[in-house]
Formats: sequence, structure tokens, C-alpha cells
Amino acid sequence: MDFNDTPEEAAYRATARAWLKANVPAAAGKPDSGLEDPSNMGACKAWQARKADAGYACITWPKEWGGAGGASWQSVIFGQEEAGFDVPGNPFSIGLGMCVPTVMTVGNEADKLRFVRPAARGDEIWCQLFSEPAGGSDVAAVRTRAIRDGDDWVINGQKVWTSGAHYSDFGLLLVRTDIDVPKHKGMTMFWIDMKAKGVEVRPIHQMSGASNFNEVYFTDLRIKDSQRVGEVGDGWKTSLVTLMNERLSIGGGGGPSHKLALKLAQDIATLAGPAARDAGLREKIADWFVQSEGLKYTRYRTLTALSRGQTPGPESSIGKVVGANLMQDMANTAMELEDQFGIISDPDMAPLAGAFQTALMGAPGLRIAGGTDEILRNIIAERVLGLPQDVRLDKNVAFKDVPTGR
Amino acid sequence: MDFDFSDDQKFLKNEARKFLDGRSPVSVVRGVLNDETKAYDAGLWKAIGEQGWLGAAIPEAHGGLGLGHLELCVIAEELGRCLAPTPFSSTVYFVAEALMLAGSDAQKAKWLPKIAAGDVIGCFATVERPGTLTDAQVQARVEGGKLTGVKVPVTDGDVADLAVVLAREGGKTRLFLVELAGAGVTREVLQTLDPTRSAARLTFNGAAAEPLGDAGEGLALAQGVLDRAAVLLAFEQIGGADRALEMAKDYAMNRYAFGRPIGSYQAIKHKLADMYIKTELARSNAYYGAWALSTGAAELPLAAAAARVAACDAFWYAAKENLQTHGGMGYTWEVDCHLYYRRAQQLGLVAGGAKAWKERLVSQLERRNAA
Repeated sequence: MDFNDTPEEAAYRATARAWLKANVPAAAGKPDSGLEDPSNMGACKAWQARKADAGYACITWPKEWGGAGGASWQSVIFGQEEAGFDVPGNPFSIGLGMCVPTVMTVGNEADKLRFVRPAARGDEIWCQLFSEPAGGSDVAAVRTRAIRDGDDWVINGQKVWTSGAHYSDFGLLLVRTDIDVPKHKGMTMFWIDMKAKGVEVRPIHQMSGASNFNEVYFTDLRIKDSQRVGEVGDGWKTSLVTLMNERLSIGGGGGPSHKLALKLAQDIATLAGPAARDAGLREKIADWFVQSEGLKYTRYRTLTALSRGQTPGPESSIGKVVGANLMQDMANTAMELEDQFGIISDPDMAPLAGAFQTALMGAPGLRIAGGTDEILRNIIAERVLGLPQDVRLDKNVAFKDVPTGR
Repeated sequence: MDFDFSDDQKFLKNEARKFLDGRSPVSVVRGVLNDETKAYDAGLWKAIGEQGWLGAAIPEAHGGLGLGHLELCVIAEELGRCLAPTPFSSTVYFVAEALMLAGSDAQKAKWLPKIAAGDVIGCFATVERPGTLTDAQVQARVEGGKLTGVKVPVTDGDVADLAVVLAREGGKTRLFLVELAGAGVTREVLQTLDPTRSAARLTFNGAAAEPLGDAGEGLALAQGVLDRAAVLLAFEQIGGADRALEMAKDYAMNRYAFGRPIGSYQAIKHKLADMYIKTELARSNAYYGAWALSTGAAELPLAAAAARVAACDAFWYAAKENLQTHGGMGYTWEVDCHLYYRRAQQLGLVAGGAKAWKERLVSQLERRNAA
């Protein structure tokens, strides 16, 4: 047991850090707010291209597809080092983490040649069009229809919660192609051009005030059969390839640390004296510390398995459910501490520039995105512990006969 | 980055599991539970000694195997898993660690080989009344090498040969070694929550006491011992939590209600998923504690506190929800759930409860942040 890098890891880290020092652009864009701003998007794309040229984009992908042919541990180490720099935002993660790997695994040769390298370089951005108004946790309930018309398919329906649809060039689309078979069997996957006629993107105004994701409407969108990814009717199987990567790429989710909570407590008075002396609060801080450190060391365990060339255990499945609830609990406690002042979210007035107010308004989204707390617990219970699936009333019924409630 | 046990250590863990499956089945635990005259299982204790585990972390020069604390951690996890009813933790995590932390060369040379050989059972006698161990709690006194006072509860105090006692000398706290077979020692067996781990009230009336470590350092050294023990106990707690989760899972897969296994209901699934989450958080914190313990890192006090807080939470949650998952049967004497329920409390309190450790954790954190 050793926290130090192996000589090989240390060498890779040193090279990566030196490269970052020499190559990180001076004025980085703001990752969350400015993606619609072409100059910011330009900075993001330029940074991705520079990384690709140096072998630091898609590190684990084969060289022939624009990657570096590297190992997972190299990818993790580069990520750790890059996090120490103020780099432009990353609007590519959904495409490179989920959509494009699906094309690489299931797609045809022509599509691979057309899409993989430009995506790796950041020239083209992808979004994932799976969730629908009637299919959130139950992704396989998609109703968006694709109907065959000669060599074409005609698509009508609606997707929702589509991150980055407003700046994406292409989308990976899961649709229903057969309503007469049970729901998991009648779906097919396609790629689409997000700028095509018949695609309309409408931003969703989130409760936090931001608009990171969208509704996407399809009205008689006509696409070629050659845009199919995988076989007709194999859409669910294909989507599992995509989703397998999703929960790994949505991490513990940042937010204020236990250190910041302690700092806040030191600056605030309670009836019993400084909040930092309050026993109840101190117990909570200890609990938060144990959770956040536990997640950090769980990631180290995963990294260790990768370093040893082993398959990591299922322990990383706890990350998001713990991280998101930790963030919400910490934020709510911070509001209690700030007391009446807590209602102020103006970063110029709120303590610590409103970090806890921001966390409070972001946490509900984090508890839902990429698998709700409830779905993640189901996954741990079924896939990690091996408990039986719940009874599914829609399993052996033709999709058109599945009860919908409206 | 190498944040896991080595292949050799995993092999040792596997061997320990096999050995204990054979030598410490639940019938051995129940043998101690059901027999008021039995403080521990003597056959198992002897067999554990023959494996060399008592001296896993004791240097070869003092009769141990000289393996190290990481090896002791993997053994601890397996002992916790099977609820081994022996005085292992008192003897090894507390007394051997106290000797290695504070003992003179002569004290180490005298006692460590005997501990490693299984000839001596130890106990750690610090508290005297309800509440956190503080300076004010220490009323036992040593004058002229003679100890007077009462220590209660002392886990394994009824069967131990050697006690490490926290007492006051000239107004200041200090640790002492006391041979319990000597004159001036009275022991009374206590009725406790977990009869598979015995405890006693030790009354000292002029018992011979030899200083262990410097005068005035009693509380600090006791805390140093507790830090080490906390990491090792965390592994026992994780072993217990893992087993409780397995029991709950097995039961939920095989128990049918309303026409299907209860494990297919989300109310049960989510409970078991939470057991898994807490146990993994505890495991990751315990690994960090193991690293700090095995390398003598300055981070040990913080790492030990985090390991203890997480492990207490994980084992308690797994033990109580395992029992709940079993329904009415879980509340019977015959089903094993209560054995884990009892042990979760025993292990959760024996090195001081989580509440006090949380305070210690935050104090350490403040110290680190200020540095």
C-alpha cells in the first residue's frame, strides 16, 4: 500500500505536468456559463485540438482513431494534473465519453471514419438523445417514432434533458421502430445532424437559473438508413453500451468542501458562541469528511486496479449517490448557519461568494442527472449485490399495449 | 498509486478466511454466548496463537512474525467477519501496541514474545465511569509503585494476565503495567450487551504497577494506543458489516412474501444498497488508516478517527438493518442477527464511541487546516 506513483506513473505525470505548464492558454473561458459564446467555444475547441495533437485527448483510444493508445491510469493521471490548471471548459465529455464510443463499438466503418477523429479533436460536438418526457428513469419507454420510408426513416417525437443539444453538431438518437413487440425489443439507434430540418432545440430553464440542457423536438425529420447505429431492433442493446459509460463520467460532483464548511463556521456566531464550537455542527462536519474522503479513497482504489491492469470492482458505483446527497446536506446546513442572511444568493453579499447557495440550487439536479438516487440504489442492489429485478408489468406486452397513465 | 493490499496480503486474508471458516463457525460463538462460565473459546484462542497471528505485527526480534500492520489488518477483517470470541483485540491491538508505542527495551523484551506465543492475555484499562475518556475521569492513583482505584468496564479484564492501566501519579496521568495475578487485584465479571466478549470490573488495592512511558504522558499515550486500535478495530467492523450484508442478501433472496422474493422490493433493495455504500465508504477510510498505521505517518490521528467514525456507522447500520430485513425471525435467539447487533455495539464502544471520535476528527482537521 503506497500513495506514491510508480516510477512509470511519476514519469508520465511529470511529462504531462510540464506539457500543461507550457501549453495551457493564458485566459481560459468559463466552463459553465459561456458555452454559447463563440469565443469561449473557440477556446474549448482549440484546447481539445492541442491536447489531441499531443496525445492527451482520448488517451485510451487507439491512435488510428485520434487517441493515444494509452492505458486507463494514464488517462486518470492526466485528468488529475489538468484539474490543477484553469483550462477552458469541456463540452466534449458526453460525446467522447458516451456517444462516439458507441459509434466506435457498434457503428459501421464509414461512420467511424467520418466521425471519430473529428470528435476526438473537438472539431465536432455530440449530444445524447435518450430521455423523453415519458421515459426518464425508465429509458426504454421511448415513444419517439421512426417509420421506414424506402431508404429513409421519418422521425417524429420529443426528447428531453439533452445536455448541450444547443451547441452540438450531431446526436445519438434512440427511437421506437416497432410498437408491436415488447418495449426493449422495438428500438433502434441512429445518429442525426442536429442542424437538419425537422430538429428544433428549446433550452430548459433550470431551477438554478441556468440552461445546460434542452428539449429537442422532431417534426418529420427525414434521415438515411445508413445513419443507423447497430441493427434494427437492437437499440436497447446499443444504448447499454452508451449508458455503461455515463455513470462513470458523471463523478462525485464538486461543490463546496468540508474545509469550506469549517471556514464558514469559524466566521459565524450562534447562541452558543462561534459556530465552529457547536458540537452538533462538528459532528456533521466529521460525517461529511468521512464521506468525501471515503469517496476520494474509493477513487484511489479504482485507480489502483487500473494501474495493476485489473478490472476495478463495483465500488465506484457509490460515487454519485453519496456525492450529491453530501452536497445537499452540507448546503442546507450552511443555510441554517447563515440564518436569516442565508436567503441572500447574490455572490457579492453572500458569505464565501454564495458557494453554498449555489450548491443548494445545484444539488437537486445532481441527485437526478445520470440516474436518480433511487435508480442508482436499484443498480447497486441488482448488479452489485445480485438481488432479483422488480416485477415489470410491461415486460412481455407489446409496446402499444403498455399502460401509460395518460 | 498502489492503494490496495498486495497479492501476498490478499493470500493471507484468504487463508485466514478458510482457517476461521473451519475453526470459528457460529457454533463456537454460541458456545461462549450460551455458557456463562466461558469468557472466550480457549481452543480457538490456542489455534489462532499457533497460526502466529498474535505476533503478525510484532518484530521478529521480539518473537513475532515481523510482517507488519497491513497483515494484521487483513487478519482483523476476518476475525470480525466470524465474530471470533477471543481476547485477540485487547491483547494485540491494545496491549502489544501500547508496549511497542511506549515500552522500554526491557518491557518489550519481557512481554512481546509472551504475547506473540499466546502465553499472555492483555487488557486495556482506562475508563472508570460513563462518558468520554478525559483527564477528569482518571481517579485511580499510583503512589510508591502501588496502584489503588477501580477500572470499569475492562474488556477481557476477567481473563487477562497483564493490564495496561491509565492512572494518576503525582497529579498527572501515566500508563502502568500491572500483572493481574499479583496481590491487590480483585476482578468481577460484568453482565454486558455482548456476552461473546467478556468484561470485568478491576479493583486495585495496592497492586504493583510499573510505569509504561513517561510521567504526565498517560492520556496522550492512551490516545496513541487508541489511534492504532481504532484502525485495526475498523477492519473487524468492516468484516462484520460485510457478513451482515451477506446475511441480509441471502435472506432477501430466499424469503418470499406476496408471491415474490422480498429482495425484489425496492424498500429492501435500497436498504441493502445503503449497507453496501456505508461499508465501502468505511473500507476506503480504513485503507487510508491502514496506510497511516503501517507507515507511521503523521496523518494517523486524523486517519484513525475517520476510519473509526466510518466503521462504527457501517457496522451499526448493517447489523440493525440485517436484523430488520429478517423480520420477526431476526428478533429470535436462534437466528444469528443479534450476534452481529451485539458485536456492532461492543466494537463501536470498546475504543470510545463515535461521538467522541467525531470531535477528535474535527480537532485534527482544524489543526491540519491551520498548518
